[in-house]
Amino acid sequence: MDDRDLQYQKYKSILENYLQEQSEQTLYKGQQFSRKMIEQKISPEEAVSLHVSVLEELFPDIPQRLKNSYDFLLEMMIGYGFAYREHQSLRSRQQQLESEIEIAANMQQTLLAGDKPDVKGLDIGAISKPAQKMSGDYYHFVQDENNCMSVAIADVIGKGIPAALCMSMIKYTMDSAPEQRMQPGAVLENLNRVVEQNVDPNMFITMFYGLYDPRVHSFYYAGAGHEPGFFYDAEKDEFEELYTKGLVLGVSKKTSYQEYQRVLYGNDMVIMLSDGVTECRSSSGFIERDEIVAMIRKYIHLSAQEIVDEVYRELERLQEFELRDDFTLVILRREV
Amino acid sequence: MNLQIKQEDHENTHHLHIAGEIDAYTAPQLREALLPLTGKEGHETLVHLGDVNYMDSTGLGVFVGALKSSKEHGSSIKLTGMTSRVQRLFEITGLDEVIDIEDVKGGSK
Repeated sequence: MDDRDLQYQKYKSILENYLQEQSEQTLYKGQQFSRKMIEQKISPEEAVSLHVSVLEELFPDIPQRLKNSYDFLLEMMIGYGFAYREHQSLRSRQQQLESEIEIAANMQQTLLAGDKPDVKGLDIGAISKPAQKMSGDYYHFVQDENNCMSVAIADVIGKGIPAALCMSMIKYTMDSAPEQRMQPGAVLENLNRVVEQNVDPNMFITMFYGLYDPRVHSFYYAGAGHEPGFFYDAEKDEFEELYTKGLVLGVSKKTSYQEYQRVLYGNDMVIMLSDGVTECRSSSGFIERDEIVAMIRKYIHLSAQEIVDEVYRELERLQEFELRDDFTLVILRREV
Repeated sequence: MNLQIKQEDHENTHHLHIAGEIDAYTAPQLREALLPLTGKEGHETLVHLGDVNYMDSTGLGVFVGALKSSKEHGSSIKLTGMTSRVQRLFEITGLDEVIDIEDVKGGSK
């Protein structure tokens, strides 16, 4: 007996049972049977056809007019069959897309695996978590032969794949202009030109770019419309805003970016973040910048990496473990 | 998360009254209302943002797109009445320097 016959016999016995006694139990068996048919990709018109063949066997003298009506029903079901098959193929395409996104996300992780450099006299902490599979946040450290370290932190508008693709473009542009690394303003001007030519009109990128020179303990930086970070003055034990003036990347062809400088003394910190940090909403409202500062202060006795990890954990709790936006936090601290 | 848009037209001047939240979900709705207006040469669009209590970067993106469209088509766009939270976004991003913003510190009514 092949599958078809088995199916036929099974259906026949369930139907016979039901015709004799209309019990809930038999109905339930019918439901189970239909689930199995779906698993075996039996189309709606095949199901009706099965029913009709069983009926014809059980009631050989079924009136011709009724038989004709079944043919009519079969014809009707063909449309449903098309819809069903379309659904099936969409489902398999969706699975395929999902696995492709998974691969892309892994690639992105490799691409951006921002190894923290080892800079003498500098304690570095960095964390970046995507809200969805792929991140529109970006941070990147580069160390040169003079032991100078540049750091970029960027946020691409929107989330998901378009943002991630756009961010890859940023990374390649940054990698291809190494001679500019020492001049934060020039780096942003160059990036702005590239972004302006290559993004959708509704898209833009915010970026903070800094360079730390350990020989003079100076941090040079510029910003393109990025959420301001903080500077922690250890002697005064005060946090202040790390203000930068500059238009987001990708809006206006000719934009220049002002460069700023801060000298770091022992235990001073530079704190950089993405707006996912300050724009996140807990159940009780927005998380204010003061609260972020308070969190950093709470863990200030820990290492830079431990601080960013703890702040992330705390924000995650506040948002009930559901990130709404990509999250990036980077801390540089001059060691004593 | 909800966005209401009311439109009033007086010849070549269009008023859009926006209320609610502008984020990734509602931004397309705003874009659909805004872009056809900025695409008309010589027309002026005033966007009233006093009742917008939240906007994220996707919302800013819509205004960036509208600005580019107005430059391209020779129309104008002006934002007005935004709350201080929304205004801060325009200031941080430097967009307040390129987009015409009427300096009326509006609040929610």
